[in-house]
Amino acid sequence: MKVRVSVQLKGGILDPQGKAVEQGLHGFGFAVDKVRVGRLIEFEVPGQDAEAAKTQAQAMCDKLLVNPVMEKAVIEVLA
Amino acid sequence: MKVAIPVFPGSNCDHDALHACGAVMGWDAVPVWHQETALPAGTDLVLIPGGFSYGDYLRCGAIAALAPVMADVKRHAENGGLVFGVCNGFQILCEAGLLPGALLKNQTLRFIHKEVHLRVERADLPYTKALKAGQVLRIPEAHGDGNYTLDEAGLAALEARGGVAFRYCHPDGQVGEASAENGAMNAIAGIVNEKGNVLGMMPHPERAVERLLGNDDGLGIFRSLAAAFAPA
Repeated sequence: MKVRVSVQLKGGILDPQGKAVEQGLHGFGFAVDKVRVGRLIEFEVPGQDAEAAKTQAQAMCDKLLVNPVMEKAVIEVLA
Repeated sequence: MKVAIPVFPGSNCDHDALHACGAVMGWDAVPVWHQETALPAGTDLVLIPGGFSYGDYLRCGAIAALAPVMADVKRHAENGGLVFGVCNGFQILCEAGLLPGALLKNQTLRFIHKEVHLRVERADLPYTKALKAGQVLRIPEAHGDGNYTLDEAGLAALEARGGVAFRYCHPDGQVGEASAENGAMNAIAGIVNEKGNVLGMMPHPERAVERLLGNDDGLGIFRSLAAAFAPA
C-alpha cells in the first residue's frame, strides 16, 4: 500500500524557512500570509490492509520520521 | 584520560576535537567510525563532534542518532560515563533522546558564525568544575540550527532542575532576549541531563584552546574534565 506522511512544524514553532519563502512570494507581488514549509514522505508497505499500513506508518513516525518536540504528522493511506 | 570521538559521514569538527584533546590536553584521543558497534575499552569521555552528519538529512542529527556506534554511546551514558556533544553533537544527543528538546533553524534565517559570550550557569559539573558560576566565556559558534526549543512543561522542568549549563549573554554577563541571536529559548546554549554526565552545547570550546590562535576560553571546559579525572 502506498502511504503519504506530511510532516509539519507545530503551530507555535517559528518557521524561518516558511518566512523566507513568504518574503520571496511577496517579491513577486503575491499577497500571501502564514507560509509554512513542511516535508512530504511517501513509501510503500506490503499487504492490502489500510489500517495495518496506517499503524505501521504511525510507528515509523514515532521512531524516526517525526520529532515530537517540534513536528506533527498527517498520515494518508493512498491505495 | 581516554577520549573516543565518533566520526559520522559529514562530521567536520572531528579533527579540531582530536587536536584539542590530543595535542593540547595530551589525552589519549581516538576517532571512532560510526559503523563501530563498541567504543574502545576504557573510554572515559565520548566527544561527539560538530559537522553535518549525513548531510543533515531528515533533521539535524536524526540519522546519526541511529548509527551503530550510538548504541554503545547510550550504554556509556547510562552507566554514568561522560558524553559531550558539541554543535551537531548536541543535535545528535537530542535526537538520540539523551538530552531533552530540539535545535531548530536559527530565527535570523542565517548561519551564525562568530564568537559569542556564554555565562556559566553550573560550575559543579565534570565539564565546568574549573570554572565559576556567572563567569563569562568567549567561545566561537557556527551553526544554522541552534535555536533550542522545548515544550513549556519540559522547559520549566529543565530550569527547575538546573539543567542549563551555559546561556548566551552580553559581554558583561547579562542575559536578555537579544543575547541569543539564534532565538534559543531562555538563551540556552548548553544543557546537561539529570545525572550531569551528558552535556550538549552549540558553541565550540574545542576551537578556542590556544592563545596563539587568539582565544583559549574553551580550555576551562577541558581543564575541568582533566580535574574530574585527576587522581584524588
